[in-house]
Amino acid sequence: MITVEELKKIRENTLKKMDLKLHKLQEEILDKEGALNKKLILICGGPGCHSSNVEEMKARFEKRILEKGLIHVEVSIAGCFGLCESGPNIEVYPEGIFYSRVKMDDIDEIVDKHLCENVVVERLLNEGAIESGKIKHVSQVNFYNKQKKIALRNCGIIDYNDIKEYIALDGYQALAKAITEMTQEEVINMVKDSNLRGRGGAGFPTGRKWETAFKYDADQKYVICNADEGDPGAFMDRSILEGDPHSVLEGMALCGYAIGAEQGYIYIRAEYPVAVERLKIAIKQAKEMGLLGRNILGTDFSFDIELRLGAGAFVCGEGTALMESIEGRRGMPRPKVERTAHKGLWGKPTIINNVETFANVPPILLKGADWFRSIGTEDSSGTKVFALGGKVKNTGLVEVPMGTTLREIIFDIGGGIEKDRKFKAVQTGGPSGGCIPEEYLDTPVDFGSLSKIGSIMGSGGMIVLDESDCMVDIARFFLDFTVDESCGKCVPCREGTKRMLEILERITAGEGRAEDLDRLESLAEIITSGSLCGLGQTAANPVISTLKYFRDEYEAHIYDKRCPAGACQALLEFYITDKCIGCTKCARSCPVSAIRGKVKERHVIDTEKCIKCGACMEVCPVGAVIKR
Amino acid sequence: MKFNFNWEGNRNKIQKLMDFMKENRSKKGILMMALHETQDLFGYIPLEIMELISKELKTPLSEIYGVATFYSQFSLVPKGENVIGVCLGTACYVKGGQDILAKLEELLAIKEGQTTPDGKFSIDATRCLGACGLAPVMMINNKIYGKLTLDKVEEIINSYR
Ligand SMILES: Cc1cc2nc3c(=O)[nH]c(=O)nc-3n(C[C@H](O)[C@H](O)[C@H](O)COP(=O)(O)O)c2cc1C
Ligand code: SF4
Ligand code: FES
Repeated sequence: MITVEELKKIRENTLKKMDLKLHKLQEEILDKEGALNKKLILICGGPGCHSSNVEEMKARFEKRILEKGLIHVEVSIAGCFGLCESGPNIEVYPEGIFYSRVKMDDIDEIVDKHLCENVVVERLLNEGAIESGKIKHVSQVNFYNKQKKIALRNCGIIDYNDIKEYIALDGYQALAKAITEMTQEEVINMVKDSNLRGRGGAGFPTGRKWETAFKYDADQKYVICNADEGDPGAFMDRSILEGDPHSVLEGMALCGYAIGAEQGYIYIRAEYPVAVERLKIAIKQAKEMGLLGRNILGTDFSFDIELRLGAGAFVCGEGTALMESIEGRRGMPRPKVERTAHKGLWGKPTIINNVETFANVPPILLKGADWFRSIGTEDSSGTKVFALGGKVKNTGLVEVPMGTTLREIIFDIGGGIEKDRKFKAVQTGGPSGGCIPEEYLDTPVDFGSLSKIGSIMGSGGMIVLDESDCMVDIARFFLDFTVDESCGKCVPCREGTKRMLEILERITAGEGRAEDLDRLESLAEIITSGSLCGLGQTAANPVISTLKYFRDEYEAHIYDKRCPAGACQALLEFYITDKCIGCTKCARSCPVSAIRGKVKERHVIDTEKCIKCGACMEVCPVGAVIKR
Repeated sequence: MKFNFNWEGNRNKIQKLMDFMKENRSKKGILMMALHETQDLFGYIPLEIMELISKELKTPLSEIYGVATFYSQFSLVPKGENVIGVCLGTACYVKGGQDILAKLEELLAIKEGQTTPDGKFSIDATRCLGACGLAPVMMINNKIYGKLTLDKVEEIINSYR
């Protein structure tokens, strides 16, 4: 077991070895002499890039470096760099060169040219990295320069499998400070003063929650980290857990100290095997060093953490359902008679917080509540991590100060809409959230502002939609999700969402009726007011918000039997324009022989026979087949 | 369909499961963990094993069955040798995840939730796999394939045949 002194020593010793990595943070080289000869290749091991087997890439780099006899080059894998769209991503330090879409076969070239001859491989540079002929430092690329990283502070820098690198960047210093110098009340007050609000969706003030559990006497208390990440289109928590697992462990231990708990659980979805693996390693390392377990850092504070796996039920992200699941039952929400901060897991006072919430706690303890409050807005302090996805150019992971506008996130950081189509809406908050149209793009993103315009901050999923996306179909998609995931306890949620889905399916199939919109609205009201948990209470939001902002699209489906976005198959007609060169490919690919025409003459589709499979469109060499 | 559980052939796995339960006996909420272990070991949750767990934990079979059927990750029937999970999360849906699923169903001539008669493939529709930046995405036995196109899907499947 180590002492506070030894912790400091580990920090200093490891820091010395990390000077090139710190360059990423400070843009200056600590040890100028050494750095001139030394180079660091940093490979992104985030969820996106990891799928292309980064370990193999690392090995290939090392092999070539050895062959070339280079001695001062280090190759390291770190957590998500954020720019998943252009992955696999690689950075070279100290110069801060950012290479994208690097394939296995490109590696030798990077070593031979860049490392041996000091010539940048321009064809692999990230698109954002060149401006008026000059190559920019990675931190100056548009995608990064508007971001501010607190929860992701170490992601993409440290080696997630090495606790020492976490310690080097102030890791476990907050815990050491709290348990040796601060009382439980002081820790709670600091979190309260920072105005940190839960990042799992609802935005409940974290400090107040902790205080409630602290004040309630019990022989046993628990801390739970909610890593169920149920929003179908979001991966913030996954990236934190995989890129910087110790920040979550430290946040949990701090919570444990503050409320007086000795046991923590991380409830993580089973779909994230990589995160589970890295957490297991992190917990083991922390225990070996005595930063978790009995008598942490020689004090009388003990805290242990166990992993529990979810099994694919969205409702288990809800606090009480999650507790039911940990206890080994069906994950159904409990009636809220008693607060979980009083009676939670196994009937004991329990604090449940989101992954990102916990990751924010150590920096607050170290830098103070005022520092945290100076970032963000009055309503919401600090930053928020978003998973930017859908029809935006730079899909990936971004962290911005609260109060950044949607436009800045989507157009400045995200680079705008792909294929230069027109922006239509942005969906935030997943199945509990709503769709925000163009006129509200200048809304600052914080808890209060988003709920004012009919959406929610949610956990951080942000899906950008363009003119080719049908809003009725998007509402249908989310309802389909809720129907699948409702636990079935409450009738309005179980039956009401089904009725809504049926109506939406009818509308997208071109069989909508005049009374359908009224019926959707009244169902929305009943489901919202008559459900026990957040899943049911917010299930109608995707419908309510699209009805509010895109009513004309619903009406076009119902009255004109037309899908303005050209997305609903049933309402489309395939048509061959005069671009047709008569190659007969379409006629041969049509599974129902609905296309007629002679060689070298324009072909025609028999709309009666056509099953709208789109096969003709796919094979047409000149793009003559269109949907209309 | 009825499956005959092979007690003899599964003796090792059963032993492993029993060891796991013994090791974790003191931990609270062991049922979920036992079901995960079962799913990992056998690839599904055989009724026979649920009966064993029921005896071991002194928990009624009906309760275990209730838990096992609540969670979509637990399967009560054997899966294919290669389990394909097609992401139908939001990011993938708006980028054509549905078409990827349709292509797979056509290629393998089975529907989502089914297994090919030769037991080689099964297709599941899943929610977000956490690689939304690469949408549309599918996962085959824990390996992620991103930025899929219909042609790429065919190529990938052929590499598993
Ligand atoms: C249906 C449903 C699903 C939820 N899913 C999650 C989730 O995946 N992750 C999460 O952190 N919170 C989720 N929540 C919110 C939790 O109930 C809870 O508010 C949160 O974990 C508290 O942590 P925080 O205060 O740090 O945000 C969900 C809530 C509901 C109603
Ligand atoms: S609102 Fe829906 S998901 Fe929540 S408890 Fe009721 S039935 Fe279950
Ligand atoms: S929505 Fe498909 S991976 Fe996230």
